Amino acid sequence: MEINEKEFLAPGHRACAGCGATIGVRLALKVLGENTVAVSATGCLEVVTTPYPETAWRIPWLHVAFENAAAAASGVEAAFKTLGKDANVVVFGGDGGTVDIGLQALSGAMERGHNIIYICYDNEAYMNTGIQRSGATPYGASTTTSPAGKQSFGENKPKKNMPMIMAAHGIPYVATASIAYPEDFMKKVKKASEIDGPAYIHLHQPCTTGWGYKPSKTIEMGRLAVETGSWILYEIENGEFRVTYRPIQRKPVKVYLEAQKRFRHLKDEEKERIQSIVDSNCAELKV
Amino acid sequence: MVSIGAAVKEPGSTVKNKTGSWRTFKPILDKEKCIKCENCILFCPEGCINKEYDIDYDFCKGCGICAEECPVKAIKMERE
Repeated sequence: MEINEKEFLAPGHRACAGCGATIGVRLALKVLGENTVAVSATGCLEVVTTPYPETAWRIPWLHVAFENAAAAASGVEAAFKTLGKDANVVVFGGDGGTVDIGLQALSGAMERGHNIIYICYDNEAYMNTGIQRSGATPYGASTTTSPAGKQSFGENKPKKNMPMIMAAHGIPYVATASIAYPEDFMKKVKKASEIDGPAYIHLHQPCTTGWGYKPSKTIEMGRLAVETGSWILYEIENGEFRVTYRPIQRKPVKVYLEAQKRFRHLKDEEKERIQSIVDSNCAELKV
Repeated sequence: MVSIGAAVKEPGSTVKNKTGSWRTFKPILDKEKCIKCENCILFCPEGCINKEYDIDYDFCKGCGICAEECPVKAIKMERE
């Protein structure tokens, strides 16, 4: 795969050292190129890339509220269509801005069939405001609003299956991806840009601050999620489901859990329960 | 004219902010050992390693992902 050497996200941004979100954005923009307009929901990415009066973006970029990134992108796309111009319209929304607050605007945009690419960078909690749980927080994770302690063992609900909710809209392209598998992710962004109609990519993206691991381990953590089957890489192209990466031998999920502070409180029986959730997800998708 | 909200007219202007000052550990690449796999370039959160594998220390925050992901251990992290 020919990789564009240009950087469309400038350095000097305020992301934490070892941030996974900015890696994801850099890779996506290398595929989409300069003929692209980006829209961001409120979230870490918006805050760290645009400390007013500066911006890290080297392409046109629009920030709206938490809940309406997909609606604003719909408007951008419709305007381009009316003007007879052709450009990529991409949304970067975090898990909070996507699976919780922005869900209805996103659902509407998908339903109307706008030719946009929606990338959810999923770090599995509201990291920007201080690690509050979101619908994408996995079972067992300790966050400031699902704290582990005597009364609670952390998040007690399973992670919302957002990619399948998007697939249920019958849109032409849905994929999951991880920043630890850049070629797989970039191929999916390429496909999303070539398809006429809405495309949704759910990008799994480890967060050093919220998950509690050393900043140098961001990619390693993403890889462990996939190698343990905690995160599964697949795509659904015009209704055809395909797993795009299968670990040769799945590692036990405790290897992934024990490497992160947010899971450190879990007892053996709880880790086993998480292993059985992972096993059943993998069996369902044949991984 | 209707207000359009806050607008920033200078693309990529965060380059004015040198985040290299955040760094505690500095990645040093041994170009003799480097096999040009591009891992460090792709995985850098700052995008501050160019195609000649020169690290821009004005912006490198010293996260150490490059050293961690180098398959031939050509990058060492040294204390500033």
